[in-house]
Amino acid sequence: MSKKKLQPKQYLTGAALSTPKPCTWCPGCGDFGIWSAFRAACMQEKWDNKNTALVAGIGCHGHIINFVKITAFEGLHGRALPVASGLKMANHDLNVFVFTGDGDSLSEGGNHFIHAARRNQNLTVILHDNALYALTTGQASPRTPKGQVTKSTPGGNIDDPLHPLRLALSAGATFLAREYSGNVESLKEIIIEANKHEGFSVIQVMQPCVSFNKVYTHRFFQENIYKLPEDYDPTDTFSAYQKTFEWDYKKIPVGILYQEKRKSYEAQLPVISKKTLVKQPVKKKTITSLYKKFI
Amino acid sequence: MKPFVLKIGGEAGYGIMSAGLVVAKIASRSGYYTFDYSEYPSLVRGGHNVMQVAISEGPVLAPYMHTDFLVALNQDTLHQHQHEVIGGGSILFDSAMNMSVKNVAKGVHIFDVPIHEIATRVGGSLIMKNTAALGAVLSILGGSIDDLCKMIKEEFRDKHESVSKRNIAVARAAYQYVQERHFDKLDPFLKQKRVRKEKIVVTANEAIALGSIAAGMQFAAIYPMTPTSAILHTLAPHQEKFGYIYKQPEDEISALNMAIGASFAGVRSLVATSGGGFCLMTEAYGLAGITETPVVIIEGMRGAPATGLPTWTEQGDLLFTLYAHQGDFPRIILAPGDVEESFHMTMQAFNLAEKYQTPVLLLVDKHICESHMSVEPFEYKKYSIERGNFVKTKRVNYKRYAVTASGISPRSIPGVGNHFVVNSDEHDEVGYSEESSENRIEQMNKRMRKLLTCEKEDMEKPRVYGSTKADITIISWGSNKGAILEALQHCKNVNFVHVTWMNPFPTRALNNILKKAKKVLLVECNYSGQFGKLLKEKTGFTPHDTLLKYDGRPIFPEEIIQKIQSLLDS
Repeated sequence: MSKKKLQPKQYLTGAALSTPKPCTWCPGCGDFGIWSAFRAACMQEKWDNKNTALVAGIGCHGHIINFVKITAFEGLHGRALPVASGLKMANHDLNVFVFTGDGDSLSEGGNHFIHAARRNQNLTVILHDNALYALTTGQASPRTPKGQVTKSTPGGNIDDPLHPLRLALSAGATFLAREYSGNVESLKEIIIEANKHEGFSVIQVMQPCVSFNKVYTHRFFQENIYKLPEDYDPTDTFSAYQKTFEWDYKKIPVGILYQEKRKSYEAQLPVISKKTLVKQPVKKKTITSLYKKFI
Repeated sequence: MKPFVLKIGGEAGYGIMSAGLVVAKIASRSGYYTFDYSEYPSLVRGGHNVMQVAISEGPVLAPYMHTDFLVALNQDTLHQHQHEVIGGGSILFDSAMNMSVKNVAKGVHIFDVPIHEIATRVGGSLIMKNTAALGAVLSILGGSIDDLCKMIKEEFRDKHESVSKRNIAVARAAYQYVQERHFDKLDPFLKQKRVRKEKIVVTANEAIALGSIAAGMQFAAIYPMTPTSAILHTLAPHQEKFGYIYKQPEDEISALNMAIGASFAGVRSLVATSGGGFCLMTEAYGLAGITETPVVIIEGMRGAPATGLPTWTEQGDLLFTLYAHQGDFPRIILAPGDVEESFHMTMQAFNLAEKYQTPVLLLVDKHICESHMSVEPFEYKKYSIERGNFVKTKRVNYKRYAVTASGISPRSIPGVGNHFVVNSDEHDEVGYSEESSENRIEQMNKRMRKLLTCEKEDMEKPRVYGSTKADITIISWGSNKGAILEALQHCKNVNFVHVTWMNPFPTRALNNILKKAKKVLLVECNYSGQFGKLLKEKTGFTPHDTLLKYDGRPIFPEEIIQKIQSLLDS
């Protein structure tokens, strides 16, 4: 897309992606790692205002739209996915990234998460998973482990946590990955791979909340994650499903867990098989041929 | 003159509605005007369905309470409706079904026709009872059996040839039976008129779908819900031909958010629902408001609250749509009164949404959404697509929410090189989240200014029907229009103000009209007189009397005539 115009030196610098807005995340927040990885991916892949759009939900993650100079839509809590789905159907030439949180996509927006996965919409979902509600100062989320004490669970959480990758897999997502926000280089590569994948891609990013989560800390992930081995076959649905059950001491797999080749939703829409919807001019239409049914 | 009213009733699942529609179409093809109205429970099978078709030589705008010709396919229909048949009218019943006709007015003709038996005798089946009834009805009314056979062929075009052959055999057998047995009582009311205008028989749902297509709509996300599902039924089959996407989303929350996403990308977007679905949409309603994203919302009202009366009509969502969502944002709300207005206001809504970059809501109801009316094909030569202040190329120093005198800012889309943020948080001119006092006031004022601009440049005055001097002035809105106009034909010195713009509101124009009015009667279909409250809020005016109806049935011309009479007598 408009590659010939690009001058890497003047264009793809960090400065071109920077906005005048100061970063508002807490010092040490896992979101900085996601931000760095995404900016690095933008620079490497030449994602800019000609070819990319971002959609975010509400939560600490959503602030990212103020810190990356790419056209964005920050919608309502839980509703990033339907906005992104509409955007992608209307202009499938765009790389569309959805920034969401565990509360945003699994609690308030759980229904949309399931159905966007089922439809295999060609979107890349970056799920900032800090396992609680941070922006509202530390209540339990669908990712909070059983027994954890939070502001909303003073006696310990009695709900079992939800596993987003297992949920996405059973709902029909075709690309599943997990990474820890501190592994910036690897996360960048996964974001690029997820965007290349045609279909619904979910990246669960383990993103420690330094202010409110004293269980899932940077150290916890640094000590307990392991990279999927080279011989791991992400096309095998069954082993991917098994991997989603691994969440133990020193046994949290990171990397690409699953990848399936299946037509995306957008690729099955005849109306946009030749041209994006937005490139088809808006015209007044003659409807006389439709009258037959009404005579 | 009151129209000729045919009413056909029977068990749900036996094609009562499609039989009624066939009568309407044959009448329309024969040169008459029709308005049909159906009553049915929220069931697919087993309940009692009834449809009336009002037929007249001139345009007919509403259903009536009387029946000229009752077609009863079950005993229930006789029980519930035989008393409505006026003297000189007719009742046709299925004599093969052990039915009995009692207590009918003097001079009512009785036609016993063994519908059940005819349907099965000539190679047909029970499901063809409605076809047999149609053959009998046309035989009595002098309608064209050839037209009916043609329509049967069209209806079953996609099915095996034997289906239409068997139906035609059934229709002809019933036609013949009546000609032989009841030759002395026939009333050839439907014989072809010499002058025939080309007409279409459509509902407001269909008019809205057609209007959307004509206006270049490109994306529609509609979750099924009575009474607006027929909009999606009309849109879904024609996507490729007319170049738009129809998507059935997982819920109404998703529907409006998807439409907003598509509109953000730059395409004309539509959603349609009823009050319950709009409850789920209220969240995204305000999102479209603060993000200044154009979108057209169709809200087809039905009996409420909650599940309420799912298949019946009401005008109970006016104040809800006016005030839904937290806080203030500009919204344009229009309420068309009939099929014709539904078509044109839908087209207009797309232009208004893009010009003012805000949600435009069309408030209709089950009554017009599901009642067919025969109208001349829609004429929209004068319409042109206006997309407003739309920036499609890269612009230096581009500001999505630039503060302007009109309140309207330049709208750009992703992919053209302009950086901007479309933000549900309060934002600055670029769209970055910004919470300062100055910015908040500036952006809020800018958004709300769009309504003032709209009031000046686009808002339409209410229309006054009838003489400017009248003893009684009826004020109403939306779908009551038809019944009131029908009633006006039978009342002297009564005029009617029909308001179609709910927000912005034509305060000044209404003040001028109402200050000259002698006695004002408010007519609407809800419990609390919601339009009356709006009128009071905007003009300070209180109507002298009200006629409110909230039993799920539309207001009938007879009820208005009666009310006028009692006002004149008092």
